[in-house]
Amino acid sequence: MSSENVRFTDFKSDKQPTWCPGCGDFGTMNGMMKALAETGNTPDDTFVVAGIGCSGKIGTYMRSYALHGVHGRALPVGTGAKLANPDLEVMVAGGDGDGYSIGVGHFIHAVRRNVDITYVVMDNRIYGLTKGQASPTSRSDFETSTTPEGPKQPPVNPLALAMSAGGSFIAQSFSSDALRHTEIVKEAIEHDGFSLVNTFSPCVTFNDVDTYDYFRDSLVDLSEEDDYDRHDYDQAKDAILDADKEYMGVLYQDENSTPYHEAHGVTENMAEIPDGAPDGATDLVREFY
Amino acid sequence: MHDDLNWAIGGEAGDGIASTGKIFAQALSRAGRHVFTSKDFASRIRGGYTAYKVRTSVDEVQSVVDRLDVLIALTERTVDENLDELHEESVIIFDGDRTEFSDFEAPDDTVGLDIPLKSLAEDAGGAIMRNIVALGAVCAVTDFPIENLDESLDKRFGNKGESIVENNKEAARLGYEYVKDEYAGVENSYELETTDNDYVLLNGDEAIGMGAIAAGCRFYAGYPITPATDVMEYLTGRIEQFGGHVVQAEDELSAINMALGAARAGARSMTATSGPGIDLMSETFGLVATSETPLVITNVMRSGPSTGMPTKQEQGDLNMMLYGGHGEVPRFVLAPTSVAECFHKTVEAFNLAEKYQLPVYLTADLSMAVTERTYEPDEFDMDEVEIDRGKLVDEDEISAWQNEKDQFKAHAVTADGISPRAVPGTSGGVHMSTGLEHDELGRRTEDTDVRVEQVDKRNRKVETAEEREDFDYREFGDTDADNLVISWGSNEGTIVEALGYLDDLDVRVLSVPYIFPRPDLTEDVNTADEVVVVEANATGQFADVIEHDTLERVDRINKYDGVDFKADELADEIKQTLEA
Repeated sequence: MSSENVRFTDFKSDKQPTWCPGCGDFGTMNGMMKALAETGNTPDDTFVVAGIGCSGKIGTYMRSYALHGVHGRALPVGTGAKLANPDLEVMVAGGDGDGYSIGVGHFIHAVRRNVDITYVVMDNRIYGLTKGQASPTSRSDFETSTTPEGPKQPPVNPLALAMSAGGSFIAQSFSSDALRHTEIVKEAIEHDGFSLVNTFSPCVTFNDVDTYDYFRDSLVDLSEEDDYDRHDYDQAKDAILDADKEYMGVLYQDENSTPYHEAHGVTENMAEIPDGAPDGATDLVREFY
Repeated sequence: MHDDLNWAIGGEAGDGIASTGKIFAQALSRAGRHVFTSKDFASRIRGGYTAYKVRTSVDEVQSVVDRLDVLIALTERTVDENLDELHEESVIIFDGDRTEFSDFEAPDDTVGLDIPLKSLAEDAGGAIMRNIVALGAVCAVTDFPIENLDESLDKRFGNKGESIVENNKEAARLGYEYVKDEYAGVENSYELETTDNDYVLLNGDEAIGMGAIAAGCRFYAGYPITPATDVMEYLTGRIEQFGGHVVQAEDELSAINMALGAARAGARSMTATSGPGIDLMSETFGLVATSETPLVITNVMRSGPSTGMPTKQEQGDLNMMLYGGHGEVPRFVLAPTSVAECFHKTVEAFNLAEKYQLPVYLTADLSMAVTERTYEPDEFDMDEVEIDRGKLVDEDEISAWQNEKDQFKAHAVTADGISPRAVPGTSGGVHMSTGLEHDELGRRTEDTDVRVEQVDKRNRKVETAEEREDFDYREFGDTDADNLVISWGSNEGTIVEALGYLDDLDVRVLSVPYIFPRPDLTEDVNTADEVVVVEANATGQFADVIEHDTLERVDRINKYDGVDFKADELADEIKQTLEA
């Protein structure tokens, strides 16, 4: 399949999603598929990795090379795949629990390594598949089965975590704003380095606070702010730490980002190896004389 | 005159013990002598007791023995720690100027050589070279040509500049001459001949790293842990020359998942760790097996459980590797039996992983991993390395493995249990892999028939491997003997040496490098009069396996104090057990 005639439906599998009707993940995934097609990728050269939970099912519903792994470890899998073959388009999807709770250590390290991965987090601020417990992005007063009086601890701010780890592309989108979401993911794919797209992807079953209406009314679209410069670190920092507002768009992009594989001179497709020991292997033995 | 010399340098961690030992070991190896080294070290950066032992002979040596002939004692404790191994001809080199160390207690007849190591080193250019002065003294004591030391000093200090090298050579010479002048005659006990033989000197971790590169491994992710870290340190800086890359991951969970991702992308990929790291990797281990990803997981065992004794020997993880992880998944477990076998079994591990598309545990133990041994370079003949990538399909072969909707059957049910493998980038091979139970396409299922079909398919790969591969044992000693000794891992060399101490006791030795799948020992065990299994753990994990397989009771020799088996000690134990 050549990249010219790829349509976004080519990235769609024939499996019907089992997500709840109205789930934000539909829009999140559609935007990812459109963005992949519109940036000239094909299912053959795309590798999608996900962990556990509702978000983890994405590899089943998309059509590409994919791996559905264990909880919280999708970013390391994506890292290994990207370094083994830098020609692959590696996209990692996860939920807020997967990315900011069990996998938060890997998140910080993937950001600081600046591996050329597009990381889309379907952030619904709740654990959906285990039927409604607090997540690391849940509000401190959000009452759930495991937090009857609310978590009583502040939520994780993923954008601030990414920024403090030296993130080179930090963005936030909203699954039901299909056009903007697709645009943001496209920019993330085209960015050379690690791209975080925290996508608000409402859970219509268990979260009656962070709803479509809430995000529609409250999100400030940075593309409509004339004086916002995504390359301005201080401006981005202020927006990310702003306790009163939540933003949509690319909050920060490092113009001088060098992805990990380029910084480390990793260029070869490691899948290709010679029939026997590689040339020069005998020199390895000589070292021990 | 003795030729088989056991030499040691001991002091505090941070005293340069290991590098001094290595310099001498390399000098001996370059002089055409066989060398076997062992290290006694603690889990601390400075202080405590640490020692590096070198056994050398013109003949092959493959274990330590319970005897110490020449000892450089930088601290009083060094003498105390080695009292049992000193004998009446032992020579102890010490520096009497160090006041706390003037009246050590050694057996009456040992020869103490009080040498002003520190002040001679200062004469040569710096007190830091006192170990090198001592090495010069050892050359004099053992009548070993000091020129052989010069080459090692070139190699060790060459990158620090000519004057450093010259100062070190001078330091060695001062030590050498001091003994010749002040202790003329002591050299009469030992004489280390040199030969024209060419040897290489390396340890098990290095052999694993070299084997990995030879086998086409291009991606390595790991987290530093004793005693596996040397594998990562070896690969770093070398694998890049072959188009590969090493990532120091943030933890073991990340390491195995990175290795998994690289393997899915088609790279020959490996991670290495030690017991506690294997525990952390267990969840993903199940994913590797269920997604049928070829991956080599090296476990350099140390003393457990929990943090245990991180710098001490044990073979306690066999059950973990055989049975660890929730659910039931096929895996192979290879256990090299010597430093050279670490190389060969690593190459084999990569081939087996790709041929059968499953995780392969490659397990060394601490003794083998940090022990350096000499070999003829031909032992590591790169021209003999063969690569078998199994059913890796390219886009021309894809259509044979697609269903009517052109979907690739990555987990196709086949007679041999092995499915085709397509890596990302292969046109027409698009599929998802998952740790969920899945159908032939890799899609989640809870269909009872498909579940059984896929479990059987995965397990069938083991039967196929047993038919196609030669999972055999190595045999030593008297092959007709009625007494049988069985061993795995690094004990092989010690047992072979122990045979020399067994006098008129006839023993047949089986050394088993394949833990799973493994050779069938039923007939060997059933026809033997006495059977004893030697292993470095408390409960006899391999002995249990053999009893399970053969339905025969076997005797056990277990050592779990953290210290290596010694050939002469082990011979006594074998004698007592078999004759009991």
